[in-house]
Amino acid sequence: MRSVSEALTASRRAPLLSILGVVTIAFSLFAFGLFGLVAINIRKALEQVEERVEVRAFLEDSTDIESVAAAMKDIGEFPEVARVEYVSKEQALERARKEMGEFADVFEAGVLPASIEVYLRSGMRDPMTVKSVADRIRTYHFVDDVRYGEEWVEKLYRLRTITTVAGLALGIAFAAVAIIIIGATIRMTVLARAKEISIMRLVGATDMFIRLPFLIDGLVKGVLGGLLALVFVWAANRVVNEYFIQTIFFSREMVFLGVVGGAFMGVLGSLVSVGRHLRRV
Amino acid sequence: MIRLTDVAKEYPRSGTALAQISFQVKKGEFVFLTGPSGSGKTTILKLLYMDDKPNRGEVWVNGVSSTTASGREISRLRRRIGIVFQDFRLLEDRTAEANVRFALEVTGAPKATIRAKVSRALTQVGLASKATSYPRELSGGEQQRVAIARSLINDPFVLIADEPTGNLDERATRGVFQLLRDINSSGTAVIMATHDLDLVRRSNYRTIELNHGRLVFDSAESPLSPRPSDPTMAEVEAAGDTQEKS
Ligand SMILES: Nc1ncnc2c1ncn2[C@@H]1O[C@H](COP(=O)(O)OP(=O)(O)O)[C@@H](O)[C@H]1O
Ligand SMILES: [Mg+2]
Repeated sequence: MRSVSEALTASRRAPLLSILGVVTIAFSLFAFGLFGLVAINIRKALEQVEERVEVRAFLEDSTDIESVAAAMKDIGEFPEVARVEYVSKEQALERARKEMGEFADVFEAGVLPASIEVYLRSGMRDPMTVKSVADRIRTYHFVDDVRYGEEWVEKLYRLRTITTVAGLALGIAFAAVAIIIIGATIRMTVLARAKEISIMRLVGATDMFIRLPFLIDGLVKGVLGGLLALVFVWAANRVVNEYFIQTIFFSREMVFLGVVGGAFMGVLGSLVSVGRHLRRV
Repeated sequence: MIRLTDVAKEYPRSGTALAQISFQVKKGEFVFLTGPSGSGKTTILKLLYMDDKPNRGEVWVNGVSSTTASGREISRLRRRIGIVFQDFRLLEDRTAEANVRFALEVTGAPKATIRAKVSRALTQVGLASKATSYPRELSGGEQQRVAIARSLINDPFVLIADEPTGNLDERATRGVFQLLRDINSSGTAVIMATHDLDLVRRSNYRTIELNHGRLVFDSAESPLSPRPSDPTMAEVEAAGDTQEKS
């Protein structure tokens, strides 16, 4: 109780410093949150794209329907395969017309071959697995060609790896910046209260007693900064949603985790700073 | 109660501040610590309230040893030591009363007792009527009384005063000194660093004199030569000079 009021007294004594502290924490977390938002949206997009990854086997015109059915049954039993669908020439034409709209007339019946579409189970859509499935399907003598957008799949995966690595690196960098800023804020508060602290020492206040208000100060600022950053990120997300593209927002758990992260940074920043500067007062 | 045995203190840049210091202070004693500026008075007092540790030797204060004391023990010890300085060290943005109360608040004293203790301490130093004044509204002597009231708040067994009259005029000096005598006569030991030799000569208290970080005179050891300027001092001063050359 005493420490809370002490911490708040300290903040009231240096209001500008404290506001600066909270805002800088918020900015750091805002950058962090914005990046996180981009990251989860890329991830989401990747997942959606992955769901569409399929292996398509084009069939020779002369193939009889029994062989196709037998092959489909075989392929359907591959451990990687979720489901197999047959697309007849007519269906292929229909689909092409729908997709091409006004250019639909260029297609004539019989131009597009029949095919088997193979959908893979989730978790089985990485480039290696897709290629191995495609290679096995290619062995059927009536399969003319197998397509699975190999380059595309690989690119998607590379993009995903890059975003994950960049996310971690930037996240850690931003966290470090936030901790340094909080540390600097605490340092200024410690210096501003140097006389008070030295008198506390003199009359026999314990180290923990002297530290606690600073830790609580860091905690409060971290939480406030986290909440402020949340508002910023949420607003930015709304703007993007309104004028650009549909995005998803953090889940409630992730928001909570972000605020806890802010609190953690606040406490860590003050812990490091207080430990270092109290010794010199 | 207080014992220093063969204490030495060296500072990284300025070198030896104290060497071969040994003395004891008994319960309820009044001791002057004298010597020219830079002779090590402040350093000794710092060792007593364990703001610093000696490089050699040992300092014992009320059962706490400088060689083993933990941070928590030192905090507890300081609650039983009153400390005042030449520059008062009051918080400018708090009233006299709040400055005194501060010492209780930050040591976790029970709330119910604080009010009575603060008013008793201010009465003891004769400042009950100035309780709500801010330091800038008080004279130097009055500010030092507030600092003394703060140092007395936890009933210390010893009061350590580093040149408490150094910033005061003649009249205020006499007043504060008389206050310290009163405090001492009620049973609290007082260790007072000063270079005001008039003050030292006019009273009959034990005197420890330092020079270049050495203890050159202790009236408790040679009660017949109470003054630093006495011829008996020649020998030790010669020792001090050799120290200087080396
Ligand atoms: N914190 C310090 N760092 C380095 N040297 C110091 C420090 N404090 C005191 N000294 C040195 O120790 C010696 C004794 O100083 P001090 O105890 O303050 O003397 P006095 O109080 O008798 O004037 C001086 O030479 C001074 O320069
Ligand atoms: Mg001094």
